[in-house]
Amino acid sequence: MDKRYVRAAVIALMLAGLTLHGGIASAQQKRDTIRIGFVTFLSGPAAGPFGVPARMAAEAVVEQLNAGKAPAPYDTKGFGGTPIELVVIDEAGGTTKQVSEFRNLVSRQNVDYVIGYISSGDCLAIAPVAEEMKKVTVLFDCGTPRVFEEASYKYVFRTRPHATMDAVAAALYLLEQKSGVKSYGGINQNYAWGQDSWHDFDLAMKTLKPDARVTTSQMPKFGSGQYGAEISALIQSGSEVIHSSLWGGDLEAFMMQSVPRGLFRKSQLVLVAGEPYLHRLGANMPDGTIVGARGTHGVFAPDSNLNTWLKTIYKAKAGHDPNYPAYVATLAFLGLKTAFEKAKLEQASSLKPSDDALIATFEGLSFDSPSGRATMSLGKGHQAVMGTAYGTTKLVNGKVTVTNVKHYPAERVTPPNGISSPDWIKGGMKPGK
Amino acid sequence: MNQTVSIQKRPPAQGTDRTTIVLLAALVVLLVAGPLLPRWAMFMLNVSLSWGTVVLGMLLLMRTGLVSFGQGLYYCLGAYAAGALHHFYGIADIMVMLLASLALAAAVAAVLGLLLAKYRSIFFAMLSLAFSMILFGLLVKTSALGSTDGFGLSAKTLAGITLGERWERYALFATTVVVAFCAAFGVHRYLSSHQGRLAGAIRDNELRVEYMGASVRRVIHVNYVIAASLAGIGGGLVGISIGHVDPEMAFWTTSGEFVFIAILSGTGSVLAPFLGATIFESVRSFAYEYSPNTWQLILGVTMLLVIMFLPGGLWSVFTRRKAA
Repeated sequence: MDKRYVRAAVIALMLAGLTLHGGIASAQQKRDTIRIGFVTFLSGPAAGPFGVPARMAAEAVVEQLNAGKAPAPYDTKGFGGTPIELVVIDEAGGTTKQVSEFRNLVSRQNVDYVIGYISSGDCLAIAPVAEEMKKVTVLFDCGTPRVFEEASYKYVFRTRPHATMDAVAAALYLLEQKSGVKSYGGINQNYAWGQDSWHDFDLAMKTLKPDARVTTSQMPKFGSGQYGAEISALIQSGSEVIHSSLWGGDLEAFMMQSVPRGLFRKSQLVLVAGEPYLHRLGANMPDGTIVGARGTHGVFAPDSNLNTWLKTIYKAKAGHDPNYPAYVATLAFLGLKTAFEKAKLEQASSLKPSDDALIATFEGLSFDSPSGRATMSLGKGHQAVMGTAYGTTKLVNGKVTVTNVKHYPAERVTPPNGISSPDWIKGGMKPGK
Repeated sequence: MNQTVSIQKRPPAQGTDRTTIVLLAALVVLLVAGPLLPRWAMFMLNVSLSWGTVVLGMLLLMRTGLVSFGQGLYYCLGAYAAGALHHFYGIADIMVMLLASLALAAAVAAVLGLLLAKYRSIFFAMLSLAFSMILFGLLVKTSALGSTDGFGLSAKTLAGITLGERWERYALFATTVVVAFCAAFGVHRYLSSHQGRLAGAIRDNELRVEYMGASVRRVIHVNYVIAASLAGIGGGLVGISIGHVDPEMAFWTTSGEFVFIAILSGTGSVLAPFLGATIFESVRSFAYEYSPNTWQLILGVTMLLVIMFLPGGLWSVFTRRKAA
């Protein structure tokens, strides 16, 4: 018999198997767990500093919640007594794949909720799809204010504040420390985050300190790794202050290359997202560097039972203290849990509350977390606001510590409802009512 | 003056017919089965068929002996053309968007083709790659288009007919199926035409084709524009179905994926790219689900197995091996 028919049949069977499997998965409607899709970078440059810490935090938190071991008010098991089941998906691969995978999570894996997304591009792409598929989705780490400033959603929430406050608070802190700044420059990656971060910082400086002059804005490409030319330009520019939103391997490479060249002997460095690298960089982090954690996470988190709890469970799993992505992942689970349980009080008979009830309680919700209290007050109640903090590094016994920490309340660093971030900064950053 | 290359007559009608029959059957089956499919499967097929359309263009180039590492250029242009119509002008009609995708890709290819048609093998591959990376670089630097974050788009009407929420997805799926069918049928007919058959002749011996009086550059140019148009329309379809466009569509890894699918499929038939794209997307998707940490490894192993055991691509499963 012709071999090709056999081979064709094998391929056909494989395809049928895959389809059938999907069908079976879809058929498993009746479950006794709350299934949460968790999407985070497991590969690529963002996996090491952000994706994997977020995943470890998510797993540690879910284990604790399922065992009912979390401190009050999160001491009920799982979500309202029902255990949580995590379905972890890699965020790598770009928006096309992420939209496909989101659809698969929802209609093939039948997750009840989705928590995820570190990349702002992914968040912008996923939000309308979540809306179309009517699936409650919590964005946990991406920062772009565009998500809720350009559109409004019913099913999409973001439990961390957006990125405008990172740049605004950096400018406020800098000017409190060095009120006589005459010039500033920047080195930021040439992609959306780097461009936005520099743009917002520049706008905030122009508003707060109109006589300060921009010396240079270096925009190396993402992942370039070699910064010789940029460092020369920064040294030559003689900037008093250097703003940078670099992260990951790029930040480490930049520091390794610029510290020996003495760049920071004359220039004050401001690292908007420097917190996850304090321990990794160690002696390569010059004393007196201004660092932020994009919120009151990590070293900026307030002392509380919840914070001690997260540090303990995370350290048991990872061997070191949690960084800000671990904190924002925790924030998302605790926010969803609070909304879920409040909504379930009114519909006690069913396993989970209806989406409409959940959304109604989630909108405008305030809840406690290891990073402090979050309030869902922007974007028609879908976007969290929190205060933020900045500090200055100091090397103590070979370990980087952060001193001189200043906290900024949310209304000082975040635009109120109904005004876009750039307009708000240009308009003088007036606090909303 | 008549060109003297077409000594050989068209292949026996039976061969042509079989592909056409399979194509027609697939068209009918997909259109009818569409509404019955689970939502994830319909979406997966939608993306696969769009990618298949892009790879179909690559098949045409590969038949001509050229491998493009830069189809992402046209894929991205197509998507951005559709996106820009919605983003800046508020036009949300699938037909208009796709026509814009097609027109922009074809126009750019007609110009770039003037240069690229002079190059072969690795030089062609690298130059096409360079052009797509230039577009990537430009888009990344353009904050007005959202830089790396890109922007969203959506289509609400099909040729002026307003679609309800219920039929939106199916209308897009049906459009994709019809576009993929037309593309496959068109390329199939083209490949058995006089000009189309020159492709293989150029791959085998360019010099001889020139001596016989046909213009190699013209054939390559035309094939390049066809391939680009298919990539553009594929990009438009993907952009609309994803609902978001970003510069990653022009990045070399995207073009690399098209090469991956093209090698996986083989160049045996116009049906191969669609089969290859569907299998690629299924393997990738299930790899994401079952081994989120090592899905790249699974794709790599699949590729390795295909190269080792089916050097002619998946399509060689359906063709009788020639007696060695």
